Amino acid sequence: MANINVNPTRMELTRLKGKLKTAQRGHKLLKDKRDELMKQFLDTVREVKTLRAEVEEELMTVHGSFTVASALMSSEAMEQALLYPKQSVELTMSTKNIMSVNVPVYEFHTKTKSDSDIYPYGFAATSGELDTAVDALGKVFQKMLKLAQIEKSAQLMAEEIEKTRRRVNALEYVMIPNTQEAIRYITMKLDENDRSTTTRLMKVKDMLLKEALEEQRARDAAIARRAAQN
Amino acid sequence: MAVTTYKIAVVGDWQSVMGFKALGLNTYPVTDSEEARETIHRLAKEDCAVIYLTEQLAAKLGDVIDRYKDEMTPAIILIPGREGSLGIGKSDIQRSIERAVGADIL
Repeated sequence: MANINVNPTRMELTRLKGKLKTAQRGHKLLKDKRDELMKQFLDTVREVKTLRAEVEEELMTVHGSFTVASALMSSEAMEQALLYPKQSVELTMSTKNIMSVNVPVYEFHTKTKSDSDIYPYGFAATSGELDTAVDALGKVFQKMLKLAQIEKSAQLMAEEIEKTRRRVNALEYVMIPNTQEAIRYITMKLDENDRSTTTRLMKVKDMLLKEALEEQRARDAAIARRAAQN
Repeated sequence: MAVTTYKIAVVGDWQSVMGFKALGLNTYPVTDSEEARETIHRLAKEDCAVIYLTEQLAAKLGDVIDRYKDEMTPAIILIPGREGSLGIGKSDIQRSIERAVGADIL
């Protein structure tokens, strides 16, 4: 309905047919992309869900340990103990391409190699609970980083799926029907033109024949009259 | 793809973030959501790839989280703060499913 004001010419018809073909091919490709992305996305989301549940649970345990530790120490001593970290973490990020969506891949390197050497404080002035808490947090952190990676991937994929879905729908419900409508309109118009040309030619032929017939009759009548006089 | 070094930040109330300091992460203790908002915007401009944010703050910073959701960096990941999980992290996953599929299917 929308672009019914197209020129009903053969040239326009060819152009529209090409456009329809492209649109249909694009629609198929995008649909395939959407389906595959959706599959990947759902896998990722399931992973995110389980990992998030684990991380949240473990973090709550860690927070609990910290609460116990801070109950046993003054908050100043606690702050002092954690003030200057021994460990430092470097994060490197590369990207991975999943169905044309760039998702991050994180890798982290710690400065000190051994896991037992991460306490930034002396053991004299701090409680043992703090060691447990820091240790547990170190373990959770591995999972937290993994969570960050897949959760971000899921977010980016969700965006891409939404975009692709919109495109597929736009092609399927707007672009392709409109083009088909326009093609039908032009075809009908051209056929109509053809028919009207044919009828016009037939009419002209009729008229010419009638004229010729009358001429012939007049001539015949003249000859008959002359013959009668003689 | 060039591999660059990034920072990991933890934003939250002091009680919740202090532990991460021992691990060598960059911690940003904040007291209210306005301060957290500014911190996140600043960190996003710097080379910060992952920001862990406590759910207690995230509850008031929905707009900031949505703003960075579609960008490669930073990834804002919600973690439960000391007061416990509010379930925002879980419902965020739900929201991204709804966004992708158009319906809640899981």
